[in-house]
Amino acid sequence: MNLKKFAIAAVASLFATGAWAGCSFENSVPLKSLTAGFAAWKAVTSAMAECGNVESELDQEFRTKQPAAFAAQPALYHIGGVSNGTHVPLLNEGTTRPLDDLVAKYGGHLSPNQLIRVDGRTMAVAMMVNAQHLMYREDILNDLGIAVPATYEEVLAAAEAIKQAGAVDYPLGGTYKTGWNLAEEFVNMYLGHGGEFFAAGNQPAIDNEKGVASLEMMKRLTAYMDPEYLVSDSTYVQQQFQQGKVALANLWATRAGAMDDAAESQVVGKVKMASAPSIEAGGRPASTLWWDGIVIAKNITDEEADAAFRVAMEGIDREMVEANNAAAVWLIDGFQPGAMAAGAAATAANGAVPYPASSQMGIMHSALGNGIADFLTGAKDAATALADIEAEYLTAAKEKGLVQ
Amino acid sequence: MKFRTFAAFVGPSLFLMFVFIAAPLVSVFWQSFHVTKARFETVEVETCTPGFLKPTCVTEMVTRPVLDEHGQPRLETRFTGFGSYRNVLEPDRTLAALRDLDWRALLTIDFWKALRFTLTFTLITLPLVIGGGLVIAVVVNNVARSLRGPVIFVSLLPFIITPVIGALSIRWLFIGDGIMTAFLEWWLERDIAMFAQGGTIELLMLFYRVWHVAPFAFVVFYAGLQTVNQDTLESAIIDGASRWERLRYVVIPHLMPLIVFVALIHLMDAYRVFEEVVGFSSQAHVISLQWLTYDLLTPDDSGNRAISRASASAMLTMVGIVILLVPLLLRTWRDQRPGGPGGAGGGR
Repeated sequence: MNLKKFAIAAVASLFATGAWAGCSFENSVPLKSLTAGFAAWKAVTSAMAECGNVESELDQEFRTKQPAAFAAQPALYHIGGVSNGTHVPLLNEGTTRPLDDLVAKYGGHLSPNQLIRVDGRTMAVAMMVNAQHLMYREDILNDLGIAVPATYEEVLAAAEAIKQAGAVDYPLGGTYKTGWNLAEEFVNMYLGHGGEFFAAGNQPAIDNEKGVASLEMMKRLTAYMDPEYLVSDSTYVQQQFQQGKVALANLWATRAGAMDDAAESQVVGKVKMASAPSIEAGGRPASTLWWDGIVIAKNITDEEADAAFRVAMEGIDREMVEANNAAAVWLIDGFQPGAMAAGAAATAANGAVPYPASSQMGIMHSALGNGIADFLTGAKDAATALADIEAEYLTAAKEKGLVQ
Repeated sequence: MKFRTFAAFVGPSLFLMFVFIAAPLVSVFWQSFHVTKARFETVEVETCTPGFLKPTCVTEMVTRPVLDEHGQPRLETRFTGFGSYRNVLEPDRTLAALRDLDWRALLTIDFWKALRFTLTFTLITLPLVIGGGLVIAVVVNNVARSLRGPVIFVSLLPFIITPVIGALSIRWLFIGDGIMTAFLEWWLERDIAMFAQGGTIELLMLFYRVWHVAPFAFVVFYAGLQTVNQDTLESAIIDGASRWERLRYVVIPHLMPLIVFVALIHLMDAYRVFEEVVGFSSQAHVISLQWLTYDLLTPDDSGNRAISRASASAMLTMVGIVILLVPLLLRTWRDQRPGGPGGAGGGR
């Protein structure tokens, strides 16, 4: 009896996976992939796995090993997942291959929008875009008669009203965890102020009025956040939202789907998406646009590259998107933009710029991540903090050879 | 022992120590005096990235490394003397802060900030670990024989837990509205945020380390307690010594070599404090020397890492440990000399 049940279940599950997407070919070349570990990558890598012989490594800290792994002879992975930022070291060291031939052969279904082109050559295939944008509790704003904030002054006014009304524990959530997250918040705010990070010769240029104004705005926002904001990352803010503890946050589009996940969220249907706020009405949203996509290693055989690209195309095909529509803002044909994608779309439509990824920006991002906390905790004033960040940047950039 | 037998026993260990300790140390030492740079060129590049409907193409000046004929970046390594050490220690800012007697300014320099925490962490946990271990050992030694097994097992548990996991569990008890924070809030009837300021995070880190390491001290001391001379203890009782006097004048002197041993090990471990910084994400408020080295070594999004500065920072950490250990090592050396007070090395 039990054995029979087991057999039926086993057969049923075989059919289930077969019916879900399947793979149009059977892959016989052993392949390995290294990508980030968030929901969209889980969807893509499990779709790739259906072709067989694919071993996927999902690691949120992939960036620390990807450049070295791809520079090895032969490369340790065939397929890599990258974003604007993490694409830079691979491009710099030339460890990924141009994909034009493979796109011509197997990528007929790709839209031109998906092709990351550097000097005319396709170096990566994007699958999704991501941006931080405003998420808000519609019920709370409606109760208090507050319009959806479009600028940061309006965010502060809304936060004050929410605080007075005592509607939630903390009016604002913020991904202000020291390090990468905190630096990203500054990058958003500084670009929202129209700032430039570098002057000629890769000299740093953040110690100015716009930099100070960005820091001051961040500090004013923290007054309405959980006092433990310096340890709160995206997951933490997402959970605060899901548990009804915060009312507004500038959070990643990839986290939007989780708000309506009835298994985790107590606020299903109450969280709505809007453009990232700007500094001045009608100005550029204080956010950056990101893409995530796939690269193929250079140091592998052409046969492997061929198989790797085919498998990757199976990972980012229509069936995968149809099964995982809510996991991300996909660029892939078949994506149905729902209410959850509205925030990212509005942020882009209002003129947010792509994250300015480059070698020097990587150093600047690290210096910002380590240096801003001293201002927020009150150990330094804004001008000193920015001057120290510039000094830290210069030390690292000189050591690297980026600044003479 | 014959020299051949001695060599056969010590040889493999010496070989491994050379491969895994001496050789890397030499390489780190070398790297701390050299800097490897790539040659960069600035070129105009057109990059197209996805927009929402159509791609956005921008032409901009990009700084990128020059590749050689094998497609590898051209690297050149140069001797920089104490350059990396200067970059870590920042002598100009340090001297300026010292001249103004500005303690706060000094502590905004990463190295001194890290050293301040590392030293206070090491020196505060040291007596707590030794004291705590001794108390548990004495208590367990006085517990009824039938209960000893279970009590020893329970006392050892914290030591068995993987350090990072231990730190994370305590973090989860206290972060946000964690169980312990919720309890404290209920008990003290006030709002508490343990992770909002450096002081409380530091307190949690100290608590965690003592909780984690005290069992080690306990095991060592408990073993030592089994060898206390019972005759001396009995004569002390006949002389009318109280429980405290017996501990102070008989037990502790007997355990002294073990106390020095535990102190040595603990100083070495605590000076390399690292798991706590990661586990409690305390970077915003407190960092340690080991974490500083780690942070310099971690590549950023663009793959940059500061290997030379990390090496300099690692060498400075090692110098710090050696300075801390000198007094204890001197003491041990005096004790170990023929005719020294410790004689043949009491129990080690």
